[in-house]
Amino acid sequence: MKLARDTWLIFQRQINLLLRQPVWIFVGVFQPVMYLLLFAPLLKPALAGAGAASDADTYRIFVPGLLVLLAIFGGLFQGFGLIAELRAGVIERSRVTPVSRLAMLLGRSLRDVVSLIAQAIIITILALAFGLRVQLGYLLLAYLMLALIAMMTSSVSYAVALKVKSEDALAPLMNTVAQPILLLSGILLPLTFAPLWLRRVADWNPFSWAVDGTRALFGGDLGNDRIWEGLLIVGVLAILSVLWAAREFARSIR
Amino acid sequence: MIIETQGLRKSFRSRDGRTKKSVEAVRGVDLQVAEGEIFGFLGPNGAGKTTTLRMLATLMEPDGGSATVAGCDLRRQPGQVRRRIGYVAQGGSTWDESTAREELVLQGRMYGLSRSIAERRAAAALDAFQLTEYADRRCKTYSGGQRRRVDIALGIIHEPKVVFLDEPTSGLDPQSRAHMWDEIRRLRTEGMTIFLTTHYLDEADALCDRISIIDHGQIVAEGTPDELKHQISGDVVVVGVGGPSRDAAKLLDAESFVRKLEVVDDHALRLYVDDGATAMPLVMRVLDHAGVAMRSIELHRPSLDDVFLTKTGRSLRES
Repeated sequence: MKLARDTWLIFQRQINLLLRQPVWIFVGVFQPVMYLLLFAPLLKPALAGAGAASDADTYRIFVPGLLVLLAIFGGLFQGFGLIAELRAGVIERSRVTPVSRLAMLLGRSLRDVVSLIAQAIIITILALAFGLRVQLGYLLLAYLMLALIAMMTSSVSYAVALKVKSEDALAPLMNTVAQPILLLSGILLPLTFAPLWLRRVADWNPFSWAVDGTRALFGGDLGNDRIWEGLLIVGVLAILSVLWAAREFARSIR
Repeated sequence: MIIETQGLRKSFRSRDGRTKKSVEAVRGVDLQVAEGEIFGFLGPNGAGKTTTLRMLATLMEPDGGSATVAGCDLRRQPGQVRRRIGYVAQGGSTWDESTAREELVLQGRMYGLSRSIAERRAAAALDAFQLTEYADRRCKTYSGGQRRRVDIALGIIHEPKVVFLDEPTSGLDPQSRAHMWDEIRRLRTEGMTIFLTTHYLDEADALCDRISIIDHGQIVAEGTPDELKHQISGDVVVVGVGGPSRDAAKLLDAESFVRKLEVVDDHALRLYVDDGATAMPLVMRVLDHAGVAMRSIELHRPSLDDVFLTKTGRSLRES
């Protein structure tokens, strides 16, 4: 009860501050739109081998990858805001109150999830204009996958931010983590074309499962096991990340 | 006693080049603070003031020792301690894009107050700290003094029994400082006990009922400012000389009436003597005899800096 109340308290504040800076929505949508406009047309001939005959097929393969990409990167860089809050003394001020430490994390992570889903909705609507077709029920499940990914990556970013306490350390760390994740997940191009060894390595990347699952949902292929496997893997990782980050919030620091 | 500590200690591991070493920041601090006091923790930067304060405010776990704060055991009931204390950090605690009112309401609610009570308390605090005019502007537009007042208002929004203030006036201009002293005295009249750290001698002297002097993680003296000053029996004579003060220091140090001597700068000396009135003509005679030109001579009662000097061998102004 206290956890729910405290989480709502932190979430409300974070959302209010977010809405005060409407620039983020433009920045958050601009890059993915560039991918839709400038990169997706390249893919159509490339994806012909994967069975993409029309624009609709191309976007059905490309848009889910783009959204997962957005969830991973959007989440991993949330730690910067937290370092600014640490520096301003806002975190310490919260720590002397009895407010729930888990709520300090969840309020922020939920804001990240909400802002990601808002971006995802805008991008989906734009992609519809390009010819994407997807069923609402499947789309909502895909958004659940995105929400879990954002929850996980932003929690990881917060935990690391609380450990390193400096932007200079956080930026290279997150970039180093993100690059292999990106290359080994088939986000931009499906790994169907990849040599066998690369596919075996990618099997160890949880985001590869999440991308496959999200693609299956956009394709309306509900029988595909990757959907449930992806949701399960990402869900478990999200819970572990949240527990780790909450522990970092609770830890007394110098 | 509203705060009582025994043997409180804390060390940090730090890295010095390749070798890791342990730095003892606080080495066995015993403190007693009575209810309703303004208690000052005086010491140079790095003496262990902030570390002690952060331990008492539950932000850091002590390595050893015990403490009770506002009737609760610090180590076993940190949650209970948190409800009863307020803490105001040195570096500020407001977010640039929020307004003072938003910050105060949020802080009240984080202490568990309902929205309506938190709003009422925020309005009262804004009024008491003369911030109502700026209450709905963003914190980034505030002056240093206004921002510090918001910090203190945030620390007392839940009406704590004890407030910890870490260097409450550092970086403020003289006018804002005087204003802040008045605010702190007002909190005491509202029934709060105030525990503050400072490295300003005049602040400890003018504002605090009782002080503890800390150096290298240990308490070196404790009492009311007057008691401490009286511990140093005798007077201080400040002598200004025309030539190099080191030469004059050598001459005077040999005299039996000089108990202790400190070179202030190239042309000034501080002498600690039993009786200033009889020492002054002696000083003049010694210097005159040696042909050292004297520019000035003054007689002082000991200050808190003299207390610090006799206890640690260093001046607080230098460290």
